[in-house]
Amino acid sequence: MLSYAVGGESTVGKTKLTPEEMSTKLDEALTHYEGQGQKALMSALQEAQEIYGYLPLPVQKRVAKTLNISVAEVYGVVSFYSFFSLKPKGEYIFNVCLGTACYVKGAQKILERIEDNLGIKAGDVTADRKFSISACRCVGACGLAPVILVNDDVYGRLTPEEIPGIIAKYKEA
Amino acid sequence: MDKVNLTIDGVKVSVPPQLTVLEAARRAGIKIPTLCYLRGISVSGSCRVCLVEVEKARSLAAACVMPVSEGMVVHTNSPLVRETRKSVLEMMLSDHNRECLTCVRNRNCELQTLADEYAIRDITFKGEKAKSVYDDKSFSIVRDGSKCIKCGRCVAACNKQSIGVLSFLNRGFETSIGPAFDVSMADAPCVYCGQCIVACPVGALFEKEETEDVWAAIADPDKHVVFQTAPAVRAAIGEEFGLPIGTRTTGKMFAAIRRLGADKVYDTNFGADLTIIEEGHELISRIKDGGVLPMITSCSPGWVRFCEFYYPEFIPNLSSCKSPHQMEGAIIKTYYAEKFNIAPEKIFVVSVMPCTSKKTESSREEHRNPQGLRDVDVVLTTREFARMIREAGINFTALPDETPDMDLLGEYTGAGVIFGATGGVMEAALRTVADILEDKDLPDFEYETVRGVAYDVKEAEVEIAGTKHKVAIAHSTAGARKLLDAIKDGSAPNYSFIEIMGCSGGCVCGGGQPIVPSQTLMDIDLRTERAKALYEEDVIMPERKSHKNHDVMKLYKEFLGEPNGHLAHELLHTHYSAKEIYPDNLVSE
Repeated sequence: MLSYAVGGESTVGKTKLTPEEMSTKLDEALTHYEGQGQKALMSALQEAQEIYGYLPLPVQKRVAKTLNISVAEVYGVVSFYSFFSLKPKGEYIFNVCLGTACYVKGAQKILERIEDNLGIKAGDVTADRKFSISACRCVGACGLAPVILVNDDVYGRLTPEEIPGIIAKYKEA
Repeated sequence: MDKVNLTIDGVKVSVPPQLTVLEAARRAGIKIPTLCYLRGISVSGSCRVCLVEVEKARSLAAACVMPVSEGMVVHTNSPLVRETRKSVLEMMLSDHNRECLTCVRNRNCELQTLADEYAIRDITFKGEKAKSVYDDKSFSIVRDGSKCIKCGRCVAACNKQSIGVLSFLNRGFETSIGPAFDVSMADAPCVYCGQCIVACPVGALFEKEETEDVWAAIADPDKHVVFQTAPAVRAAIGEEFGLPIGTRTTGKMFAAIRRLGADKVYDTNFGADLTIIEEGHELISRIKDGGVLPMITSCSPGWVRFCEFYYPEFIPNLSSCKSPHQMEGAIIKTYYAEKFNIAPEKIFVVSVMPCTSKKTESSREEHRNPQGLRDVDVVLTTREFARMIREAGINFTALPDETPDMDLLGEYTGAGVIFGATGGVMEAALRTVADILEDKDLPDFEYETVRGVAYDVKEAEVEIAGTKHKVAIAHSTAGARKLLDAIKDGSAPNYSFIEIMGCSGGCVCGGGQPIVPSQTLMDIDLRTERAKALYEEDVIMPERKSHKNHDVMKLYKEFLGEPNGHLAHELLHTHYSAKEIYPDNLVSE
């Protein structure tokens, strides 16, 4: 196993924002978009998702109100792009690369092992919101295949047997 | 203005430059099929049914969005065009629930018509069908996603209303149409105006049908069934039986109800006259006692819901009057019940309305008496009423002209009739309020300035008893939004009285009215054609002012007492409450 922290800093043990802090941050972000309508929708949603990790109904309502468009229109865009998520993400997101190189090197087995270990499927989040899994396309680290990312931490040349150890590391964090 | 010359199917056409190929062809008498196009509402070029061949163009062009240009040579009927349209239709049909025989839109479906016109005999595209939602949870509107062809006409109609409850959801094969989070129409901030229904070319959107309940009540010997019909119904029901748009069929409408087996036939125009007395007095007292002004009419339940959801700050401005058919229902279950010695719980009131929102309105808790009895038991749309007439085997066009039962609540005036068109409630109110304040029978009572559909917000100044009053009229919820925003930002003058109707043109074009094919709508203004029928009836009525309705006056004398009095308040007035748009707990994570 090879492991890196992208940007030099691991996310293990990072503090997360309280709901009040997220709400304040969203208010700040949305002030730039007041009354701008449809054209600002994508960037407003992107910022909102960065803060919340996903786009629940109350957040979409606030975006709609700020831009002065309907909630259905906001939801239409959110549900169109796979980049936007309606489900919360865990504190630690297991991004499993299913690109061609990783796939032929057994990424599917890695994914299944993570799913089994966490007891959730790709796209879902654990009940305690600690972990979520998503499958992604090529992350550009084919030399390290198969690769997963846990937030900004990269793990390469993995075998399924190494998964429990990685998960345990974040469980303790 | 300069004209553009082009050739369509060998015919030389000279048209204004802002026209599309579709419009130019229409003027030349050449029909191009359409599906996603709905004049003035939906112009997206997405369905590809209107494809035409333009010489020297790279590919086939969608006629509905293709502007005309000088020297253009268009073929609307080449083998390539026909073949392409056919495959477009086949593709649409391959993912369409083709159970036409049991569809509410059977024989009035634009997709069915096109499949027939293009002689589609086999669907060659086989495979998986998209999953779809069937939503019949609301009192007013049912969505059947299996019929939806994603043309977007409903989305455009909802946006045109400035409500935007419907949107395209998801992506690709999974694309569907619905409210945010795909919640039910019952949970969406929908005003139930039904403009999506009359915009839908197929059977994907329709009213919650309640004809079975009415048949059951008619068949029940213990039930005393009383029908009432809204003014706008007479202006459109004939269309369901092949009569030209704008044909007034008042007498046949009453005759048809009698033949369906109703015990009593009344007209909601009586309720409209009663509304004018109550609302007129409410306005006068608000003006005299410094009440909240402008007062805004509350006859249109689509508008009332719009106010509750989107402009709750205007709730104090709403007249506390129930809408005419609710008033009439309340009177039928009290005064009428007493006079004819019938137990109110045995009376079954059916309102035939041009409206889908009225179905939700009549189910409101506020519209029950203290014993829990509803003022109105069932609201049928004009379309449902027509279905019952067909099912009963009644030859509508051959019916004699009859009148309502002239025994207690049968009389109505011309003022009641015009309630069905934009400006009508305003005009009816002015006719009465002016007479009361001036204490005479004024000879000039036709207020032409408040009529018509040229603008979605109209303004007029009227002088009553030496005082000038500014009034405004809005039709469509988009018009309402425009007007209320102007009041909020201070750019509007101080109005005394405002009439708002939720649908463009007023009730004559309500969401419960007969559905007119989009091709027909290219040539006429439906709002004007249908309104003519009402103004035609107004001028032939012996009485044209609500306060001259003898049955209404008798009702006050023998039962209600004073207008706005204690009993009138109990029976004829209501209250409203702000409604939350998509409450946070609506969707569980």
